[in-house]
Amino acid sequence: MDDSAIIEIRGLCKRFPIGNKQFTALSEVNLTIEKGEFCGLIGPSGSGKTTLLNIIGSLDVPTEGSAIVLGQSILQLTHFQASQLRNKSLGFIFQTYNLLPVYTVYENVEFPLLLLKTPAAKRRKMVLAALEAVDLADKAKSKPAQLSGGESQRVAIARAMVKDPAIVLADEPTANLDAKNSHRILQTMVKLNRDLNTTFIFASHDEKVIGYLRRQISLDDGKVVSDLKIDTPLHSAALAAKDTRMSK
Amino acid sequence: MITLRLAYRNLMGAGLRTWLNTIVLSMAYVIIIWQKGLLDGWNYQARHDMTNWEIGGGQYWQEDYDPYDLFTLEKSHAQIPEALTGMNPQRPVAPILIGQATIYPQGRMQSCILRGIDPEQTVLHLPSAALQQDIAEIPVVLGTRMAESTNLNVGDTATIRWRDANGTFDAADARVVRIMKTNVPTVDQGQIWVPLARLQQMMQLPGEATIIVVGQDTNETGPQEGFVFRDRKYLTKDFEDMMQVEKLSGYIMYVILLSLALLAIFDTQILAIFRRRKEIGTLIALGMTRGAVIRLFTMEGAMHGILAAFVAAIYGIPLLTMQARWGIPMPDITDNYGLAISDRIFPIYSAGLITGTTCVIMVVVTIVSFIPARTISHLNPTDAIKGKLS
Ligand SMILES: Nc1ncnc2c1ncn2[C@@H]1O[C@H](COP(=O)(O)OP(=O)(O)OP(=O)(O)O)[C@@H](O)[C@H]1O
Ligand SMILES: [Mg+2]
Repeated sequence: MDDSAIIEIRGLCKRFPIGNKQFTALSEVNLTIEKGEFCGLIGPSGSGKTTLLNIIGSLDVPTEGSAIVLGQSILQLTHFQASQLRNKSLGFIFQTYNLLPVYTVYENVEFPLLLLKTPAAKRRKMVLAALEAVDLADKAKSKPAQLSGGESQRVAIARAMVKDPAIVLADEPTANLDAKNSHRILQTMVKLNRDLNTTFIFASHDEKVIGYLRRQISLDDGKVVSDLKIDTPLHSAALAAKDTRMSK
Repeated sequence: MITLRLAYRNLMGAGLRTWLNTIVLSMAYVIIIWQKGLLDGWNYQARHDMTNWEIGGGQYWQEDYDPYDLFTLEKSHAQIPEALTGMNPQRPVAPILIGQATIYPQGRMQSCILRGIDPEQTVLHLPSAALQQDIAEIPVVLGTRMAESTNLNVGDTATIRWRDANGTFDAADARVVRIMKTNVPTVDQGQIWVPLARLQQMMQLPGEATIIVVGQDTNETGPQEGFVFRDRKYLTKDFEDMMQVEKLSGYIMYVILLSLALLAIFDTQILAIFRRRKEIGTLIALGMTRGAVIRLFTMEGAMHGILAAFVAAIYGIPLLTMQARWGIPMPDITDNYGLAISDRIFPIYSAGLITGTTCVIMVVVTIVSFIPARTISHLNPTDAIKGKLS
């Protein structure tokens, strides 16, 4: 296993202009995340979890300090470079699933590969494997509107995972799901993390999510207040029935 | 390429709205082509008829002749120049002597213009040969409009009163020998066609003419003493001016039609960009640049133009082909404008007209789609993902 740091955050501050004042959402954050971690930013509402995740995801930039993701400084990326980074190396999972409504499940999962210009035959194999991994191969032709919340989030996971990204960023992925579905998608992600060594970073205050984390980074008022390694998480992927693997 | 595919998927996914916009745009498409084709067809047919019935390859006018001032007729006549007499088959000409007169059909009185033409002329389509009759009365040919307004039929007689070159009034009976049907009102309304030699004799102007029409393939025979050459362009100026007005009113209609269609697309675009903020944020998170998203949305809007072209083709091609083949019947009232118009116009749809219209529509649809899409560049992706306004 490669233990090198893939995310390096140093002295990061993020301030938002509010009227003619500045609101500090993150201050003096220092953080190193290594490949294959299954970690989460936890903390009360407004503590800055989403803000930090967005910066790591190159959707936003630090006001001060630096964030190096996969060797690239977020602050220095051009629009195009940032979009390339997201396209190739980052997978996003959102609280509200954010599936593209007019596309089928298959087309939603296929989308990142279209952007990557993956050849058709290979694309098809990858999409089917990703759908298989989230146990949704039979829903390939459905439209998002026809899916349950749990199914939608699993499609979103397949979409994030299909290109085999280095990092998956999941912001409150279980907030709209019931307990059963929450456990199911978390177990899917644990399994993918174990099988593919993909780095997962969550932002959540959901106890169920926290129960799976192997590292808990607590934020409060924009500061990292604790950073705990958990050797034996409360829950694990052991419950997962099948051992599906994604082909690359 | 991928943009094209995605745009197509999105557009199809939008369903009814897409088709509504497309149908409105396709109607603008078909109506513009139809209107323009009709105008082109009329233009072509009118020029053709005017050339055949009135203008020929141009006319020499006696230098005092002014068709808008009837008082000039008294002095606007001159000896037909040597070069323009005779029936040279290489250079056919048709001299016409014009004089003012009054006709008394069934006791009523109506002023008219006498036009003397050589019965043997071949320059104009006028059935002048019918004038070659050996009868006591003056043989005359009338157009259908004139026949109707004087209530005269073939074989009827009426008294004509005119003034000769010395200003002396004279009168004689005329007999209608032929009624001709023409699309050119100016050779019909108020006109009475008589044999040239007879009119010269009546007006005591032997060997003289007011205008000399030259054959269609004949060019100017050089300047002629006492005559001015008027080319076809000069002679069709009135028609040209009227066409210009028609075209302008056509353009106004296109602008209105297109605006309606474009407004629908513009509105759809604005709404789409407002409602689909979350989708836009997601596309950016998935690795599209904002430029690519703008292109995608512009393409989506512009594709209405492509769809509309297809839809327009489906019902437009059969419709327009049918009209080009069978012609479009024109109501009788158009006759009263005094313009050359037949009772059936055959529209002409040129390749230039169709490609031109297509290009214009594509360009304006693209612009109209791009303007709202441009606002995407100000969208903050982190807000957009949550569906928030920024
Ligand atoms: N674009 C913005 N402009 C101004 N303030 C912002 C903006 N985005 C976030 N903030 C503020 O920054 C703080 C941190 O927000 P953030 O969304 O990161 O919190 P969070 O930890 O994700 O909370 P939650 O658990 O509710 O999602 C909040 O107080 C929020 O109001
Ligand atoms: Mg949040």
